Amino acid sequence: MKRLIFILPIIAFAGLAAFLGYGLTQDPKELPSQLIDRPLPEFALPGIADEPGGGPGLASASFRGEPRLLNIWASWCAACPQEHPVLTRIADEGFPVYGIAWKDKPADSRAFLARYGDPYAGMGSDFSGRTAIDLGVTGAPETFIVDKKGRVRFKQIGPISPEVWEGQIKPLMQQLRAEA
Amino acid sequence: MKRLILALALAIAAPAAAVLPDEMLPDAAQEQRARMISKDLRCVVCQNQSIDDSDAPLARDLRVLVREQIRLGKTDAEVRDYVVARYGNFVLLKPPVEGDTLLLWAGPFAVLLLGGVAMILWQRRRPAATPDSAPLTDAERAELDRLAGPAD
Repeated sequence: MKRLIFILPIIAFAGLAAFLGYGLTQDPKELPSQLIDRPLPEFALPGIADEPGGGPGLASASFRGEPRLLNIWASWCAACPQEHPVLTRIADEGFPVYGIAWKDKPADSRAFLARYGDPYAGMGSDFSGRTAIDLGVTGAPETFIVDKKGRVRFKQIGPISPEVWEGQIKPLMQQLRAEA
Repeated sequence: MKRLILALALAIAAPAAAVLPDEMLPDAAQEQRARMISKDLRCVVCQNQSIDDSDAPLARDLRVLVREQIRLGKTDAEVRDYVVARYGNFVLLKPPVEGDTLLLWAGPFAVLLLGGVAMILWQRRRPAATPDSAPLTDAERAELDRLAGPAD
């Protein structure tokens, strides 16, 4: 009994150290999305084409009927060129990738896509950043997985790596395709 | 004189907020409310700053949004809820007491209580200190006098 008293602080310390140690492995930048299993917030964005009104844009209402990826990106975003080949591959594998250019001048967005290629099936320009706030975006890139009914099912914070695509998102997309 | 000027300059210096003049509302009372709300909202980019302090572009967007909501006639609570609906309770620098924040709020008091109980138990278990009331022997008294040295 006496000995237990002396061991107790060591046990308590070990417990605290383990708890805090676990905390260090977590990324505080990754906020859980408020949108999971909720409908995609409504938006109707202009496109990025070099014409008045920006040409064909992107609206939330079009997210119906098939699961889609919605990628939030910008030409100024440092990790976006790194993610771009993965998005291209995803599109090549037959999964529709849509994009929102966040706080980005349409001309800059166009220049980025001219340089790296354009895997997007549709693009909206959120120059004011208002739609991104409705989506709870904290930085670029972020990617939402939207199901057939227009509900958000998953959110990737930061670039999609080939591992994340193969291990997490692709199986989810296949599962969502199978859903009624 | 230089020191006086420096002291005066420091006295009137206020901590700089990130709010830019073009963001401010013309109505002083509304602007004041916006400032108070902004101070409680966390910038999700630089997480330990409020959006009132942060220079991040996203913080600016949120400041503008807070002011826009106020202009629409929303109450402080409604404006806060608007942001929380998008970013979760995490954006509140002072999170509400709820199921998942209970540990955060009650934790320190639980530890204090536990420690208090442990101390009381420990005190009770310890045998009461018995003052040694036997008078000093002559030899002990002599030794004490020797240690104390000659009296002044």
